[in-house]
Amino acid sequence: MKIAVLSGKGGTGKTTVSASLKSSIENCQYIDCDVEEPNGGIFLQPEISNVYPVMVKVPEIIKDKCTGCGECAKACQFNSMAVVKGNVLIFPELCHHCGACILACPEDAMIEVERQIGVVETNSDESFMHGKLNVGEPISIPIIAMLKDMVKDDGNVVIDCPPGSSCTVVESVEDCDFCILVTEPTPFGLHDLNIAVELVKKLGLSFGIVLNKASENSKIINEYCDDRNIDILMEIPFSRKIAEAYSKGILPIEADADLKKEFGEMFRKIEGKVLA
Amino acid sequence: MKQIAVISGKGGTGKSTLVASLSQIVNNKMTADCDVDAPNLHLLLEEKDQQKWDYSGAKEARINYDLCIKCGICKDVCRFGAITEDIVINNLKCEGCNACVVACPQDAMYLEEVNTGWTSVSTTENGTFAHALLDTGAEGSGKLVTEVRKKIVPFENGEEWLIIDGSPGIGCSVIASITGTDAVIAVTEPTKSGLSDLKRVLDLAKHFSIPAFVCINKFDLNMDITNEMEKYCVEKGFMVVGKIPFDPLIVKALQEYKTPVDTGDQEFIDEINSLWNKVTEYLSQ
Ligand code: SF4
Ligand code: SF4
Ligand code: SF4
Ligand code: SF4
Repeated sequence: MKIAVLSGKGGTGKTTVSASLKSSIENCQYIDCDVEEPNGGIFLQPEISNVYPVMVKVPEIIKDKCTGCGECAKACQFNSMAVVKGNVLIFPELCHHCGACILACPEDAMIEVERQIGVVETNSDESFMHGKLNVGEPISIPIIAMLKDMVKDDGNVVIDCPPGSSCTVVESVEDCDFCILVTEPTPFGLHDLNIAVELVKKLGLSFGIVLNKASENSKIINEYCDDRNIDILMEIPFSRKIAEAYSKGILPIEADADLKKEFGEMFRKIEGKVLA
Repeated sequence: MKQIAVISGKGGTGKSTLVASLSQIVNNKMTADCDVDAPNLHLLLEEKDQQKWDYSGAKEARINYDLCIKCGICKDVCRFGAITEDIVINNLKCEGCNACVVACPQDAMYLEEVNTGWTSVSTTENGTFAHALLDTGAEGSGKLVTEVRKKIVPFENGEEWLIIDGSPGIGCSVIASITGTDAVIAVTEPTKSGLSDLKRVLDLAKHFSIPAFVCINKFDLNMDITNEMEKYCVEKGFMVVGKIPFDPLIVKALQEYKTPVDTGDQEFIDEINSLWNKVTEYLSQ
């Protein structure tokens, strides 16, 4: 079973929930798809033993063949090429690796060369994997795609998604059996939760909610969920103790055995929903 | 007009609270919420005279089935798996890259602009304010960020500052939030993950040669890491301009749609003032 953990915004405890869930399930693979700021490793402390470069293909011009006709730049939708006075300029960071320019070139004057945009790192049995986007690179999708390719098909998998609700999240949640949306009881939290709910509904995925930092103000989330018949799977209380443990890279379940049990129960609840 | 972007490796570090508070304290400024995935600032502001524009930031491939001979070439060239076996386009996967259009031997394909969100500019008690929303799951958040910044600039009316609430992360939308700004303020909190995120956003600012300042929120939550952060900043030449204590009252205020400035939290107000003075002093040098 593949479970994706997301939130409209980061900072709601998405990583805490995914890492805690992973640690409460036996034989579970953990995949950190938040490749701009991967944090799961801080809590799970994996011993990284494999490092794979993530390569993308970008075009290069064979100068002898190029006539400077400009067809390539005309085909490119991402402003990553320009033809100025018969010279082709390529801006590799903006390239989406689509190959349109190559198809468009009438002279066969282009080839593709590999370029590294980040890495995927795993521990020895690949029960932990994360990706890292190189600083200054705008496009992270290929790293997420590579991580998703390495997902084990049989066992249980927890996927820690990037924040937000754009294309990177879509790529991360694709093919998942269930989504956990993590939120907190503030107007900001509610607003972002609503966006995340829209997204998973649009993608036709089943989902439930974990309410983090629950307090006497949880009402705003409870009402929202009641109105829409959305399941709150679990609540994690607001406490300075949990925040302090988090700051040291300690998961709340390590400090609180009951909480660990609750995560296990939540997993079984999700299992029941998915298999039903 | 000078532009200052407030960013954080991740959301939830208090970035929006800081921007909302700055927008109340700083005079003579405009504010732009560039967190287009999950814009929040407008929740705290009362907007008047809102002007709104549709945003078409993406294109999608379309097929004219009258011309299509189902040769499958388009499917083979598409690198995003957006064309099915029976030659139907999956809009959620299509990047609008044009490869299929170029490759189709029948000229049966074309790209169409699609609406992927909106931008708006409005008047608020705290000056002109712009924000935007990207459709859920849409491509091109970076481009929309650029669009928000483009939309607000013509409204300039002698303002000295544009304060930008940036997106989380280090990818395309953050790059679009900070490109061409005069300075960034990185908001962080003293957690292990906060430290790792902070290093990455500071690297990013450096990569683009933009002066960066640091504000540590909830600094007393873990003094060891706060000290480590300060040491890191000194070593790397970044100035820590503000430290805000962990205060459940700030969260409480937010729950009532109020900033700590609204609730008259003097300690907080003083800290924000001092933070802003340090940044502006540096920039006027
Ligand atoms: S591969 Fe695609 S994005 Fe890259 S330069 Fe060619 S057309 Fe542009
Ligand atoms: S399309 Fe081919 S020949 Fe024309 S400018 Fe581009 S690379 Fe050169
Ligand atoms: S390449 Fe053109 S003709 Fe061939 S299947 Fe695709 S749309 Fe139809
Ligand atoms: S425009 Fe690009 S992504 Fe979309 S269907 Fe065509 S080849 Fe695939």
